Amino acid sequence: MIRFIARFITVVMIISAPNFAFSQNSEQNDEHTNSHADNHKEEGVGNFIIHHISDANEIHLFGNVSIPLPIIIFVEGKGLDVFMSSAFHDANGGHGHGPKHARGPLTGSHYTKDELGITAKDENGLDLAIWDISITKSVFGMFFVILLMILMLRSVAKNYARRPGLAPKGIASLMEPLILFVRDGIAHPILGKEKSKKFMSFLLTTFFFIVACNLLGLIPFIGGFNITGTVGVTIVLAGLVFVITTINGNKHYWGHIVSPPGVPFFVKLLLVPIEIFGILLKPTVLMIRLTANISAGHIIILSFVSLIFIFGKNSQAGGLGVGVFSTLFMIFMYLLELLVAFLQAYVFTLLAAIYFSEATQEPHH
Amino acid sequence: MELLNILIEVAGPTTGQGLAGLGAGAAAIGAGIGVGTIGKGALEAMARQPESTDDLRANMILAAALVEGVALFGIIVCLLVAIG
Repeated sequence: MIRFIARFITVVMIISAPNFAFSQNSEQNDEHTNSHADNHKEEGVGNFIIHHISDANEIHLFGNVSIPLPIIIFVEGKGLDVFMSSAFHDANGGHGHGPKHARGPLTGSHYTKDELGITAKDENGLDLAIWDISITKSVFGMFFVILLMILMLRSVAKNYARRPGLAPKGIASLMEPLILFVRDGIAHPILGKEKSKKFMSFLLTTFFFIVACNLLGLIPFIGGFNITGTVGVTIVLAGLVFVITTINGNKHYWGHIVSPPGVPFFVKLLLVPIEIFGILLKPTVLMIRLTANISAGHIIILSFVSLIFIFGKNSQAGGLGVGVFSTLFMIFMYLLELLVAFLQAYVFTLLAAIYFSEATQEPHH
Repeated sequence: MELLNILIEVAGPTTGQGLAGLGAGAAAIGAGIGVGTIGKGALEAMARQPESTDDLRANMILAAALVEGVALFGIIVCLLVAIG
């Protein structure tokens, strides 16, 4: 039961994270609105790329076609507003670029959406404090991944329970090499057979979640999900690693941080802050590595796309010539990203396992 | 210094963005040297002891990931300067 509750909290935390990041942003909105209006006049390649790798309230397929997603906003003191993102219109009533406006159907608040998030004003034009818990593109992608993983891995588990001792069948034979890879390649060599039992469920869950999110981001023409490239998602994954490491840390681990043995007092004054900084730095680096790697892959592919249009603007022949090479490079980068999708999941799981093993190490000197 | 000025002139519309571009390049150089050294060391070790290839591969990826993490720190800062 406790395990079930822990899993439930984990899922809720992962789902809600990007939105907290989102609503944090919206508080600083007013200072930035003016500078952003200026940016809209000349939309460069940078803006195009940033727009495509950041989280959004709709799944943009192509041109003006996009799938609206529900917007859920809790207005403090007024209540909950639920409406589809297609209700947002710009000043001319269209769906063009720039800030868009909508009226909340339940609280009557006036919402403004731009690149930094959603802000709310009441009838008198006063700012309202809001909690934006919308189902954004990343959240929708995560729901999809979670559903897919539950269906696939439940059927694998059932398969093993029904046919004990026999060779895997169906989808289980696809997943078995990956599960064994996490067990024999990550958990057993680093944590040891006994200790790895405790951490296997977390390691397997993170591995499959990250792989599935990375691969979903690589499927073209479905809106370009960038789930593991969103800081809100990876900060929760890294935060979970930090929490598990801290909770499982034994006397030996904390002893080495708070008072490293065999070190003179004055060196301790220097060493202890570094160690304490280190335990916070480890999950931070874990977060940045995953986010930056996945976002970088998207940025590179989008840059190659933009390159064609930059050259094509000057001459059609230039656009064609660059287009051929750009496409070839894009295919190469895409294949590299397929590798990176697995590699980053592997590295994340491996480092998590190493941190757990450091925290639970028994003294041996 | 003159070279730096020219580079800044070429790289971007403002000094900050130009320097951010240079910074991203420097981060890439650092990561390239680091990962290259790791790859060299791992390949040499694998050539000497082919039976330890599996152990070496895991440690090689781990070390490369650590180097890359630091380089990505730099690149993220450059990105923030360039678009911020």
